[in-house]
Amino acid sequence: MSVLIDKKTKIIVQGFTGKMGSFHAEEMIKYGSNIVGGVTPGKGGMKHLNLPVFNTVKEAVNNTGASASILFVPPAFAADSAMEAADAGIKTCVAIVDGIPSHDMIKIKRYMRRYSRTEKMTLVGPNCAGVISPGKAMLGIMPGHIYKEGKIGIIGRSGTLGYEAAQQLKNLNIGVSTSVGIGGDPINGSSFKDILEKFEQDDETEAILMIGEIGGPQEVAAGKFAKENMKKPVIAYIAGLTAPKGRVMGHAGAIVSAYGESAVEKVELLKECGVIISKNPSVMGETVKSALNSKT
Amino acid sequence: MDIHEYQAKKILSGFGVTIPRGGIAYSPENAENKARELGGSKWVVKAQVHSGARGKAGGIIICNSSLEVAQAADKLLGKKLVTNQTGPEGKITNRVYIEEATDIKKELYLGLVFDRSSESIMVVASTEGGMSVEEISKKKPETIIRSKIEVAVGMQKFQAREIAFGLKIEPNLIARAADTIIGCYRAFSELDATMVEVNPLVISNQDQILALDCKMSFDNNALFRRNQVSELRDKSQENPNEVYASDRGLNYVSLDGNIGNIINGAGLAMASMDMIKLAGGEPANFLDVGGGATPEKIVKAFKLISMDEKVKVILVNIFAGINRCDWVAEGIVQALEKIEIKVPIVIRLAGTNVEKGNKILKESKIKYIEANTLEDAANKAVKALGN
Repeated sequence: MSVLIDKKTKIIVQGFTGKMGSFHAEEMIKYGSNIVGGVTPGKGGMKHLNLPVFNTVKEAVNNTGASASILFVPPAFAADSAMEAADAGIKTCVAIVDGIPSHDMIKIKRYMRRYSRTEKMTLVGPNCAGVISPGKAMLGIMPGHIYKEGKIGIIGRSGTLGYEAAQQLKNLNIGVSTSVGIGGDPINGSSFKDILEKFEQDDETEAILMIGEIGGPQEVAAGKFAKENMKKPVIAYIAGLTAPKGRVMGHAGAIVSAYGESAVEKVELLKECGVIISKNPSVMGETVKSALNSKT
Repeated sequence: MDIHEYQAKKILSGFGVTIPRGGIAYSPENAENKARELGGSKWVVKAQVHSGARGKAGGIIICNSSLEVAQAADKLLGKKLVTNQTGPEGKITNRVYIEEATDIKKELYLGLVFDRSSESIMVVASTEGGMSVEEISKKKPETIIRSKIEVAVGMQKFQAREIAFGLKIEPNLIARAADTIIGCYRAFSELDATMVEVNPLVISNQDQILALDCKMSFDNNALFRRNQVSELRDKSQENPNEVYASDRGLNYVSLDGNIGNIINGAGLAMASMDMIKLAGGEPANFLDVGGGATPEKIVKAFKLISMDEKVKVILVNIFAGINRCDWVAEGIVQALEKIEIKVPIVIRLAGTNVEKGNKILKESKIKYIEANTLEDAANKAVKALGN
């Protein structure tokens, strides 16, 4: 199994005919993702990459039965597209785009409160690399080949640091069930906790590697959730030991503004929750390996 | 993005918040004239720099004659003001704000920020204005009032009233205070702000409610739709290397160490800096060239790092995905043919086509130290400092 997506998940691409949308749609198709079409308002009825283009997400869902989407629309229009996906009945939506205003993210999340828990779309991102279930499907922009199929769930804010982790695991012959990039923005669609919850319920995920960073309360909230509700081991690395207070470190959300948001403080708080800490980014793989060994 | 006090005040006054009368000046003569224009017999001359705690640093001067105003302006203009928020290098004062003095009866604190756990806007207020919010939460935490605002419907009158009563404002001024608080909320939500801080918010002897000092920051991601805000940017208040970087699409933060970094992706950049620190070194900067690490960005990154005299070693760490290592390596070679770098360079490539990438680097004329893992790269960079 895997979380969020598998081989059969029908996917549409929002912003399909643009440069980014086309390039990554092709990459996803090559990987084996079940892309069934796309949406570009005003270009409905066209064919693109041999797949149908629709004017609206509703039309695309009605005609293809898609349940997942990926957004390649400019930041100014991204909130609108995400809400359109939620309204059309999409269950998993990945927003790759970097640069969505925080006020817009809050708007999306308020909009989605109209749906019941079972009907509600899972929004992943924005400002992320997306989701991959190795060997099954890719709903993102990552290099698929660095992920080996297996039983570790990965949740991370950063794209390339997530790749680094996947590569370290692969070098140790450890595979990944699903890797979810939740993105580097201060307000995001899914939190670490939201995804941990899904991994805890997934039969084939044995342990979870959380790759966090400075800023915000999410890593610690996830640690508390793990302590109270999870049986599977959670391993974490928190980036940003050297980050000065009050400065934005690349990701809009990577800024220390309150107690508990620096790397050192987060590590302490996570340890108290029983989370296993990878002491530096070079040993994320080894830390997962030893956690797996001590489990059996 | 931060703006100056006088700019923030002007914005707030557009939302119905009362501010003392004042005007901006660029020269002592200019300042003296402004004081005469404003009239009265007491003025405050305030250095306009992007920092709080200006008072303690000598950036706010009370004057009793227009001549004193000119002298105060002369003292501040063209000088760097060093506060406990600017760092030791300080920030240049290019303009001063001349304001009529206010007779203060009571000083309050009012701040609005994003609350990341509830994903809403949080109002923080206290009866102990004039101190920083950090100081208030240490010395008088019991005075702090918090109110979470549901952004979908905005701030309600009762919420503003509750805050006003919590601030122990006299009953005849409650309605006025509530309007002031709602005005600040509207400025926050309608202009894509990330912070509005009025400190102090004062009640004058004449029973006026006035924003005496104000700081505002805005969401950089929303500037595209806030022209009136983005025009207020003052680059003289930013680190010149950071301005150079942000104008060229690079994410850069200047730090105090001597190992320069060129890395793709913000998380990997922070992780590499952590490794440098653990290996016994100190990073000179944070620099994210973007996930794609295009040759153009790499050239710009080397140029930027070469401008920083602190840098004694450069660490390049690129994890190539769809942008393969061979392509990235060619970019690095091209960059180093264009820009002369005099300090040792440690390069670590990883990801797609890493062997091809390393081969291109080896067969090129560039002088560098090859590294394989994150740890290896950090250790070699620290070691190269000694050579």
